[in-house]
Amino acid sequence: MEIYWLLGIPLTGGIFLALWGCRKHSPEINALFSLLTLLAAALLTHRIIEDGPMTVGGGWFFIDSFNVFLVALTAFVAFTTALFSRPYMRIEAEHGKLNDKRLRLYHSSYQIFIAAMLLALTTNNMGILWVAMEAATLATVLLVSLYRTPASLEAAWKYFILCGVGIALALFGTILLYFAAEKVLGSGGTALLWTHLDGVKTELEPTVLSLAFVFLLVGYGTKVGLAPLHSWLPDAHAEGPTPVSAVLSGLLLNVALYAVMRSKVLVDGALGTDMAGNLMMGFGLLSVVLAAFLIKRQTDVKRMFAYSSIEHMGLITFAFGMGGAVANFAGLLHMTMHSLTKSAIFFAVGHATQKAGTQLMGGIRGLIKTNPTIGWGLMLGTVAILGVPPFGVFASEFLIITTAMHDHPWATPFLLLALGVAFASIFGKVQPMVFGETESAKLPYQPALAPVFLHLGLVLMLGLFIPPYLAAWYRQAAQLLGG
Amino acid sequence: MSLTYHLQIVNLLAALLLLISFAMLSQRRIAGLITLFAWQGAALAASTALVAWSTGQHHLYYSAALTLVLKVIAMPWYFFRVVKKLNVDRDVEPMINIPTTMLIGIVLVIFAFNLALPISELSGTVTRSTLGIALATVLLAFLMMITRSKAIPQVIGFLAMENGLFFAATSATYGMPLVVELGVALDVMVGVFVLSIFFFQIRETFDSLDLKHMEKLREK
Repeated sequence: MEIYWLLGIPLTGGIFLALWGCRKHSPEINALFSLLTLLAAALLTHRIIEDGPMTVGGGWFFIDSFNVFLVALTAFVAFTTALFSRPYMRIEAEHGKLNDKRLRLYHSSYQIFIAAMLLALTTNNMGILWVAMEAATLATVLLVSLYRTPASLEAAWKYFILCGVGIALALFGTILLYFAAEKVLGSGGTALLWTHLDGVKTELEPTVLSLAFVFLLVGYGTKVGLAPLHSWLPDAHAEGPTPVSAVLSGLLLNVALYAVMRSKVLVDGALGTDMAGNLMMGFGLLSVVLAAFLIKRQTDVKRMFAYSSIEHMGLITFAFGMGGAVANFAGLLHMTMHSLTKSAIFFAVGHATQKAGTQLMGGIRGLIKTNPTIGWGLMLGTVAILGVPPFGVFASEFLIITTAMHDHPWATPFLLLALGVAFASIFGKVQPMVFGETESAKLPYQPALAPVFLHLGLVLMLGLFIPPYLAAWYRQAAQLLGG
Repeated sequence: MSLTYHLQIVNLLAALLLLISFAMLSQRRIAGLITLFAWQGAALAASTALVAWSTGQHHLYYSAALTLVLKVIAMPWYFFRVVKKLNVDRDVEPMINIPTTMLIGIVLVIFAFNLALPISELSGTVTRSTLGIALATVLLAFLMMITRSKAIPQVIGFLAMENGLFFAATSATYGMPLVVELGVALDVMVGVFVLSIFFFQIRETFDSLDLKHMEKLREK
């Protein structure tokens, strides 16, 4: 039952906000719908923890500890982002960057986007998973070009075409998967159900599945932002409105990686080799190293953190590629940490750029003097994402690197080098933004920073202490992903 | 009519599909491109319907009807309207000259056939030999997207890619489950709708649909 609430609420929200238009309270209604979605997600999570994995709706939906964890994370970040966007978008409108029509589009698409992601996470059908991923792209294309500046249109076009091509490859992968499944399960609607596929995965034709996985990995990997298909990501993050950057970076990338992982479980079963894991490790490592060196050259603050997202998604992909209980655990933990921290950073960056009137890092100076809370938010977020203890990112990165040292020692120098380069460049660039000299005036309004500190607080808490039930939950999910 | 007879017609239609893909690569005018796209859709719909008839897979009729309505009638009509409204039907010069593009295309076709070989050997469907053609169509459409700098040809390339994928699904597995096909069709429809909003935005901002103006964002 909860599942219908979970999917129905954001969908209704999207339709309602499209009809309601941009009236006085639409930002509050947006936040309210997100809150209701979060409540539904909490109920569903509770159910799964109590009763274990289940299929709902005649096998159409399947929920286990792996995806319910992502559902909870998605609903939570979606809610805090809606809270953040309420004052943020109002100020953007006051600055004349947006009008009522575009705000209406924004609110409506935001809810549809959340609904599409939740559908992708909960569906049991690999075909519907594809459809939902594509729907999530389509819902955000017009959000990236919301400001209608030449650069934002270009970014949105690139986003659409690159992700469109990527997702077309993923469709081919899905067709191949169905082709292999049909031989075992018979044709018809049930042959693409993940639970059915999982049951017969050892009987699936290995050559077809390995080819299918290549297409699925490259296809969904485009959306994860894996190098060398990452070039849409920095543009879309930099040119779209900040709340959109936060949900793209914090949520959409995770959902795409979720799709890859679901395929990997099947392929591993069919092949009985490490082929899928090795491919993921290769793409992951390439992304980490490439992104770390590209970070150094960025001048735009949002672009810089977008490259940092590529780096972290690469790291998570690498961890899942290694497989095994510890690496999967670390990957899941890092997924959580990255989502929470990166969205917090984007919130702080949003206010900082709004104040400075530019996204260029050279134009943002001395936040700590003019707006201590924004300055501290940005600084703490940066320190957290760079993996400084006691923040949770440290714990997950530490686990990933120690596992790599043990299982794949050749990869460790690359990882350490990349993390070191990223640390030096990001810290070196953020430090003057926060502590530099400035003459600019104070922000004339109250920034919405509660979500920033809420996220960072959670990251800090998880770094110091992971509650036992949460750890058990992660372990269960890690078990599902296998090795 | 016997099954082999049907099979020959399906093979003929598959060859037609590939031929149209090459024609699209060499087409300079946007209006011509849209017409070719409509013909490609028609060939796809015809072959899907034929496979449905000869194998008794009834859900393929829906798929064929969907292709006919969306890709042969609705979308070309819509594109013609957009072209007329935006007044963009002039000769388009591809970024790589046409003979070179054709040569690359031939290499892609050989590659596609080699890639499809192990899969079609496993396939039990009567139409399995066409899988290579389906893959070639996808790759050729991809090539078209790369070599064109205008917005509408890129989108037509994208949709032609979708055509190739549908053909792959029909020839290897007698189509995807109906609900998935409906979902894909819905996504394509919404996608075209979103894009047409986008065309107007691009046109308004750049005063042209030439994506060469969009070269500000480069990887630094």
